[in-house]
Order: sequence, then structure tokens, then C-alpha cells
Amino acid sequence: MITVTHYLIASVLLFSIGLIGILTRRNVLMILLCIEIMFNAANLMFVAYARGWADVGGQIVVFFIITVAAAEVTVGLAIAILLSRQLHTLNADEVSRLKW
Amino acid sequence: MVDEGAVQLLGWTLLFAPLAAAVLILLIGLRRKPLAAGLAIGGLLISFGCTLLLFLHVLRQPDALPMECSIAWIAVPGFTVPFGILIDQLSLLMTLVVTGVGSAIFIYSLGYMAEDPGYSRFFGVLSLFAFSMLTIVLSNNWVQLFMGWELVGCSSYLLIGHWYAKPSAADAGKKAFMVNRVADFGFMLGILSLWALSSPSMPERTFHFHTLQLRLAQLTAGGAVSAAALPLIGLLIFCGPVGKSAQFPLHVWLPDAMEGPTPVSALIHAATMVAAGVYLLCRAFWLFEALPSVLTTIMWVGGATAFLAACLALVENDLKRILAYSTLSQLGYMVMALGMGGVAAGMYHLTTHAFFKALLFLSAGSVIHGTHEQEIWKLGGLWRSMRWTSLCFLIGALALAGFPGLSGFFSKDEILVLASHRSPALYGIATLTAGMTAFYIGRAWFTAFTGKAHGHAHESPPVMLGPLFLLAALSIAGGYLGIPHFLGEHQAELDWGVAAISLAVVATGLTLSWLMYSRKLVSARQVVQALALPHSLLQRRFYVDELYAWYVEQIQQKLIAGFCAWVERVIIIGIAVNGTAFATRQAGRFVRRLQTGQVQTYVLVFLLGVVCFLALGR
Amino acid sequence: MTEAVFFYTFTVLMLVSAGFVVLSRQPIYSVLSLLAVMFCLASLFVMLGAYVLAALQVLLYAGAVLVLFLFVIMLLNLEPERLARMRLFTLRSVGTAAAALFAFLLSQVFELPAGEPPLERVPAASGSIESVGRLLFTKYLIPFELTSFLILAAVIGAVTLGRRSPDE
Repeated sequence: MITVTHYLIASVLLFSIGLIGILTRRNVLMILLCIEIMFNAANLMFVAYARGWADVGGQIVVFFIITVAAAEVTVGLAIAILLSRQLHTLNADEVSRLKW
Repeated sequence: MVDEGAVQLLGWTLLFAPLAAAVLILLIGLRRKPLAAGLAIGGLLISFGCTLLLFLHVLRQPDALPMECSIAWIAVPGFTVPFGILIDQLSLLMTLVVTGVGSAIFIYSLGYMAEDPGYSRFFGVLSLFAFSMLTIVLSNNWVQLFMGWELVGCSSYLLIGHWYAKPSAADAGKKAFMVNRVADFGFMLGILSLWALSSPSMPERTFHFHTLQLRLAQLTAGGAVSAAALPLIGLLIFCGPVGKSAQFPLHVWLPDAMEGPTPVSALIHAATMVAAGVYLLCRAFWLFEALPSVLTTIMWVGGATAFLAACLALVENDLKRILAYSTLSQLGYMVMALGMGGVAAGMYHLTTHAFFKALLFLSAGSVIHGTHEQEIWKLGGLWRSMRWTSLCFLIGALALAGFPGLSGFFSKDEILVLASHRSPALYGIATLTAGMTAFYIGRAWFTAFTGKAHGHAHESPPVMLGPLFLLAALSIAGGYLGIPHFLGEHQAELDWGVAAISLAVVATGLTLSWLMYSRKLVSARQVVQALALPHSLLQRRFYVDELYAWYVEQIQQKLIAGFCAWVERVIIIGIAVNGTAFATRQAGRFVRRLQTGQVQTYVLVFLLGVVCFLALGR
Repeated sequence: MTEAVFFYTFTVLMLVSAGFVVLSRQPIYSVLSLLAVMFCLASLFVMLGAYVLAALQVLLYAGAVLVLFLFVIMLLNLEPERLARMRLFTLRSVGTAAAALFAFLLSQVFELPAGEPPLERVPAASGSIESVGRLLFTKYLIPFELTSFLILAAVIGAVTLGRRSPDE
């Protein structure tokens, strides 16, 4: 029988895959993409719990998450374009000014 | 009549006047030579005046002694050290010697050091020395005595090395200090052991002489002290006099100390500081009284020193060195007397020795001042050119040799009498030494003062001759002042047998020296050739210095110091200091890699942190 | 039974597509794999009864966000990603390990009370547009209005960041 826990485990696995992607991809845009995967994993978990506790509020949250994710992608891509213009690279390894 | 408060005031003034003089010289007198001299002499004369007043007071009221006044200097719970003044016959006599002979020598220095660039410094350190010596003499407890002990060592170092630009003088000062250091280590162990022994409970332990004496009597009566402890402590405490009074084998510093100016040699290395060891043995005699093994050791060390030093004086060519070995020999006599239990005899000889040895040194200084020459072979005929100086030297020489009627005769005789009762072997050695004493001082006199003149000489100024006359008078009259009586010893009848033997020996020595060096009837060269082996041994001073040098070089420097240097280089510098720096640098280098500037690295670290949190939360 | 089949199909498909997103060298392939993930996820939403969200997922995420990604990729003319050189801590291995650990721990966090009913027995009426809309415009009205501000801010930000500076 498929219980809520199944969905939760699926969500966790998806989240982990997204996490691995963030840590290993070198292209900034791809990193953004993997962030999207993580968002979606969270969405799945919310919806699963909404079903499990018979509370629609979980779906409302997902609604907002989608909105926020869209806004974030917009700004993130704008930043990526700016990055490619200024530093002429989209390689995350070379963008290493966030240090001493 | 002098009351209690006035007596206390006299005592404290007596002790601190020279210190005040030294401090004032340091503050305002270094550029003003007359002021420095005036302060120093004034300080010591004030002390001498106080001493005289105390002495007169005691003469009128003999039962006023012993007097003591002290303040609690260190008063920590469980550890108390007083600072005080103890006046009894012993300390009063010694104080008279120190301040009296000291004042004479201070005045003499006015003339002797007149041309010296370090004039004010000289007087300042001399005053400091006077204070230190008085601290030793007047102290009523071990810690104060040790403090004075070390201070005189320091003053001695400063004064021996007064002409510090001269390498030999600087080395001699160092040598004196280091040899005394070795001795003082044993001394300090002895003091601390005595303190620890004085009571099983910490707050009741004491350094005070009188209290310790009573305590120790109680403890030994009650059987609370082990049989081996007290002799060991006695030997440890004896280490101090072995160093300070230059007994064999720590005698090596005294001849080298002649590098200092002659007034220094007279005051410190003849009359007072080297006598401090003897004074200590007298002061602490209650400790040694019941320890026959320690007393025997002391006796034999003294006797050996007396004999060996006299042998070494036979082959010396420097006037001051002859006098230095003579001092060593006479100190040996005093220590030997103490070892035989003759406290009064030892102090008596100390007093007369202070008179005639200071006289001899100051006369030698006068000679050096007038001729700028120290070797006896380069001098000669001074009897004609420096009449007064030669007369004083002659008086001193006769007193040293033990010419009848002079002070030295009486005091040495007391010791010989004591020896004849206690140990025939030592009596023989001591008598032989007396003969050698007469011989070597005769040799010095005939070579330097009679015969043909070699150089130019002029007599010394009155400021230098005055103290000489005073000391000469004391050297003559010293036997009639009633010193043993003052110290409380019953004046024994003159032992004609001992006196006759010693007179014979002295006469032999003087005659032999006259024959060899004045009349040249017996050839000195032939004697030397006949006794070639002993002569070379003496010339190399029994190789003691070589032995010490070998020890210092091979064992101390190579082994011990080398090991310590290795520890310092490898372990302390290499591992602890450099190693710590290296480890820190490596750790920093490692940790710096975390800051890659790449966001993904930071995310990874973030993730690890979250994982840790979750794991901990489980 | 059928639910299980559907569930496992869509879940496996979703996870495999996500794997492709992470592993493929070409950026276009990654985006398209993400599209597949979106669709699978929408299906899962439907199975959970969140019909509105499934529609919104496809409309917004797949339709707008991913298209935006595609445009930017085409604009920037991205090249296939080369193999990463050896980096500090060997990000691949350690990162993977850390993520696996994270997954394990997360799975341990789930301690739902035993005996929870299977999903069929739970009333499924909640996810219709009617119920969502009702809640959205009553209880969550203020956040709803605030999102418009958020979107406005995002638009302004994107325009500002994206325009070429006057002196370029």
C-alpha cells in the first residue's frame, strides 16, 4: 500500500539528487537548475503532508513556493547573464572572489 | 648612662651609615670626587664612633651584653625572618676591627686612589662593602647573614674588577664570584636544612641563632634528630667558610684577587671579608660543638690550608701574591683553631692578623705607589729611599712571623698551645708552617727592602703614612689589649715549652732567609736545583687551577653544557618554538583551503554542518 | 494496486530524469530532463489529489520557468561542460557521500505514528480548485497580495540587472 511515507521518501531522494547536482555541477545555470529540483522536492513533501493530514494549507504553501521560485529564477538568471558579461565565464570554479 | 633606646639607635646607625653613604655617593657623588670620599669616610667613621660608644658602654656595664634588637622583616604565615642587630662580645670585637681597620684603609685610599678615574665608584662600592660586612657581623639570624654574605661577595667582585678594562682583573673577579657561588650552594643547603629541622611544623621554624640553639638542644636531647643529619648539616654549613675564607680546595680565587687595588686587598682579602668565614664558625659554634667528626674535618682542612699555602708562598715573586698566600696560611691557622674548639684563640688571631696583614698590604701598596713595581726582584734597597714604609713593613713582617712581644706572637702561640694539646700531628705541621712563614716573609723583606736599589722610589704622602703608623702601633700593642679576656676566656699561663719551640723555628726561618737572600751565603739557585721536583710542583700551584680548568672545560662545558645546549637547540627551540610555529602554519595552510571563494565549497560545508546537527539531534 | 503501479512508475521516471539533470553534459539535455521531472511530479500531485497544483506546476514551472531557462541558455550559447579537474576535497566523492548521508538521516526523521491509514481511505476531496481558491482568498489573502509585490520586485531586479549600463 502506498502511504504518505512513500511519497516522503521519494521527496527525500529527489532532494538528495538536487543536492548532489548543486555540489558537483560547474556551470552556474546548471546549479540554478538543480536548485529547482530541490524546490520541487519540497513541494512534493508539502503536498504529501497536506494529503496525510487532510489539510489544504499544504497546497497553498506549494502555491506560494512556486511563485517565489519563479521570481527567484528570474533574478537568478539575470545575475547569471550579468556574470557572463562581467567575468566572461559561467564556471563556478572561477567565480571565487567570496574569500579573503 | 646610656639607656636602652639610645643603644638601639647606636646599633642601627652603626649598621646603616655606610649604606646611606653608598646610596648618596651613587645619587650625587659620582662626579664629585671630594664629596664621594668625604661621604664614604664619614659614613664609616660614624659607624666606628657608634661602635666605640657601645664599647665604652659595655666596659662600664659588662652584664649589658648580649643586646639584641630586631624587626620582623618577612612575616608571612609559616615563614618568618627577622632583621636585627645582635651585639655580644664576639660581634662587638669584630665590629671594632671592621670599622676601625676599615676607616684607616678608607683614609689611606684617599692618597692611593687619588689619580684613579674610578675614584667615586671605588668609594661607593667600598661603603657598600662596609655595610655588607657589618650586616654579616651584626646579624641575628641565618637569612640576614646569608644576605650579607652574598653582598660582600658582590662587592668583592666589583672591587676586584675595579679596573674592569683589564682582562685579567675582570677574570679574577669572575673567578672569585664563581668559586664562592659553589661554596654558597652548600652553605644555603645547610641553612635550609637547619631551618627545616628546627621544628616539624612550618610556622614554628626559625632562622634565629639563639632560638635555633635552644631548639636544637631540645631536639637532640629528645632524640628527635637522626644521628647522620646534624653532621651533614654541619659540613654543609662549613662549605660557606671554605669558600669565603678560601680554604683548600676552594682557595684558588684569593691569589687572583690581588688584581684589585691594594686597599681592596688589604680590607677585603686580608682583614675582613675572608675573616667572615672564621667569624661564622665562631658565631655558629654551638652547632659544631657536639659534632666531633665535623670538628676534626674543620681542623684538618685548616691545617692543610695553612701548610700548603705557606709552601706556595715560598716560590712567589710578586709582593702582593706572597702576602695573599700568607693570608691563606693564616686563615688556615684560624680555621684550624676553630676546629680544635678554640673560639677565643681563633678570634684573637683574626684580630691581630687584621692589624698586621692590613699593615703589610698597605705598606706594599705604598711601595707600589712609590715605585710602580710589584715584583720583589725588581725592587731593592727601599730601606734607604722609603724609610717610613720600610719600617712599617718590617713591623708587620715581624708580627706575622711571630717575633716575641708583637701581637702575632701571642695569638699564634695560643693556637699552637691548643694544637699541642689536641693533635700532635697538627702541632708539628703548624710549627713547621710557622717556620716557613718566617722564611718567606724574610725572603720578601731582604729581597725587596735591603740590598741594591733597582729603580726610582719616592716616599708616600702623609695621608697614606698615617694609617700605616696606626696599624703598626696596633700590631705592636695588640697582644697587650686583653682580647681573649674580653672574649671571656680565662687567660692561660704561658706555655714555655711551646713558646721556646716556636721561637726556635721562627729564628731558624729568619736566619735562613737572611743567609740566602741578604748575605747570599747559601745559593738559592742550588737549593732550587736540588729540590727541582717539589719546586716545579709549587710553581704550578699543585696544578689545582689546571684541574679546575680541565673540569670546567671537559665535563661542565662539553658534557653538561653541551647536553643543555642540545636540549635547548633541539627540544626547546626546535620542537616547542619552531615546531609550534610550524604546526600553526601548517594548520593555517590546511584551514585556509576551506576558503576557496567558491560557493559550492561553502554549500558543502553548510551541508556537513546540517548533517552534524541532525546526527547530534538523534 | 493500480495506484502502486502508477506511483512507482512516475517516481522512478522522476528520479531517473533528475539523475539526467545532474549528470548530463549538455545544458539543453539537463533542461529537458527537468521538464520530464516536472511532468512526473505533476502526475504525483494528481495522485495525491492536488489537482490545481498539478495544473499550476505544468503551467508555471514547465511552461514559464523552464522556457526562461532555455532562452537564457540559448542566449548565452553555453558549451557542454567539461569534466571537472581535481578540486579541493574531490567534490564529487565527498559531496555525494554527504548527500547520501543526508538522505539517510532524513529518512530516519520520519516517524509517523504506526498504523496510519493508506491513502485511499483518507478523504481526497481537498485538492479541488474550489477548496484551494476558497482558502487562498480568505485565510491567505494577504500573502497572496504580497506575492504581487514580490513579483514586481523580481521584475524590476531582473530588468535592472539585465540592461546594459549606459557607458558600455
